[in-house]
Amino acid sequence: MVGTVKGAFFVWSDAARTSWRIDGPHFPGESVYALALDQRNGRHRLLAGTRSFHWGSVVRWSDDFGQSWTAPDRQNVKFPAGLGVSLVQVWQILPGRASQPDVIYAGVEPAALFESRDAGETWDMVRGLHDNEDRPKWQPGGGGLCLHTIVVDPNDARRMAIAVSSGGFYRTDDGGNNWQARNVGVRAEFMPDKYPKFGQCVHKVVNHPARPERLFLQNHWGLYRSDNWGDSWTDIANGVPSDFGFSMQMHPHDPDTVYIVPIESDQFRCVPEAKLRVYRTTDAGASWKPLANGLPQKDAYETILRDALSADSLPSAGIYFGTRSGKLFGSANDGEDWNEIAGGLPSIVCVKAAVVGAPAS
Amino acid sequence: MAITIEIPSALRLHSHGSAVVTIDTNERSYESVGAALGALESRYPGVLDRVMTEEGDLRPHVNVFVDGENSRFADGLSTPIRDSATITILAAISGG
Repeated sequence: MVGTVKGAFFVWSDAARTSWRIDGPHFPGESVYALALDQRNGRHRLLAGTRSFHWGSVVRWSDDFGQSWTAPDRQNVKFPAGLGVSLVQVWQILPGRASQPDVIYAGVEPAALFESRDAGETWDMVRGLHDNEDRPKWQPGGGGLCLHTIVVDPNDARRMAIAVSSGGFYRTDDGGNNWQARNVGVRAEFMPDKYPKFGQCVHKVVNHPARPERLFLQNHWGLYRSDNWGDSWTDIANGVPSDFGFSMQMHPHDPDTVYIVPIESDQFRCVPEAKLRVYRTTDAGASWKPLANGLPQKDAYETILRDALSADSLPSAGIYFGTRSGKLFGSANDGEDWNEIAGGLPSIVCVKAAVVGAPAS
Repeated sequence: MAITIEIPSALRLHSHGSAVVTIDTNERSYESVGAALGALESRYPGVLDRVMTEEGDLRPHVNVFVDGENSRFADGLSTPIRDSATITILAAISGG
């Protein structure tokens, strides 16, 4: 699933992942920052957060892999009346826990969390986060004031976390009624106090369901790990060419393995040395190794945004990322070797990989 | 008499295909373009959602013309209208 600034594309392959078929654009002319596939409860539901530059944003869904889409008559993600804010767009759609198979979360701009209890058809704002005393002081980053990351505890329905640019990382332990900033050790280069309680520009946070309390965080300058659900963070920028970046992806099978694509700096948001390299740690951030086989290593002035790096769940994990220049790259062997799957797409803002059905044995 | 609201093609999915919506003004007047658009709420709520935000503001890249004049250069949604006004909804010349 590839979301771009001018529509969504679905890129299909079999388990070998050697040849690909591109289906799209869906929603031509609309930007699609959020895509998800919900396969709980017997569903195969694609969800898309679409934004028309003119006519606003909605969440649509398809139960036939994109052959047909709903077109909700009403704007189904809507701020409550009287708050003085209006939806700009949906940045993240996350199917929730297996134990709550109809619950789906959405992160939006301006920064707020929404929850659906009917598999994405209707949505309500999570009031507890909106009422957090820090929220009025959150500041927009370059992409707007967006809640772009949602992390759930698969074992505890009361615990989840979100990240906001620029507000930082927040966690709730009571099902969303109360939220606390959890940014100790995460720096904010753009603030006089480099380690404020909140206000960090967190770009992406990931965890693994087998070890959910261990979080990895790609910051606007900074690469961190927490082993305690964000109570404290440790710098893990060990051997990367830059600790600036947007994207971060957990390995599907190993809670110590994470992928990032470093960006040179906030002033020059392209990959360092114009070499397109994915970096991988297999030891929870103690060290990072570049993965570049098959990726352009000269004059590659590429940018990979926060949701444009993804992984499938096959035994030899497929890793995928898209660039602002519209190229889609993929690896079928944990990132060791790469191929360009597609080029010439509109600017890519979102890549989500999923396995549909059981691969042939 | 009636107010005529012209619906752009992009929104006709939400007006059941109608290109023009008429609002009867024989029994009730609508003092402003915003009030007339509000009358869409009961008939074609999806159209209204796409023209106005949940805060009741005109979306920034949508223009509403009253008898050919852009309401942004009058009093916005408070622009007074005649009982036989023609309201035209159009996407602004913007995009990326």
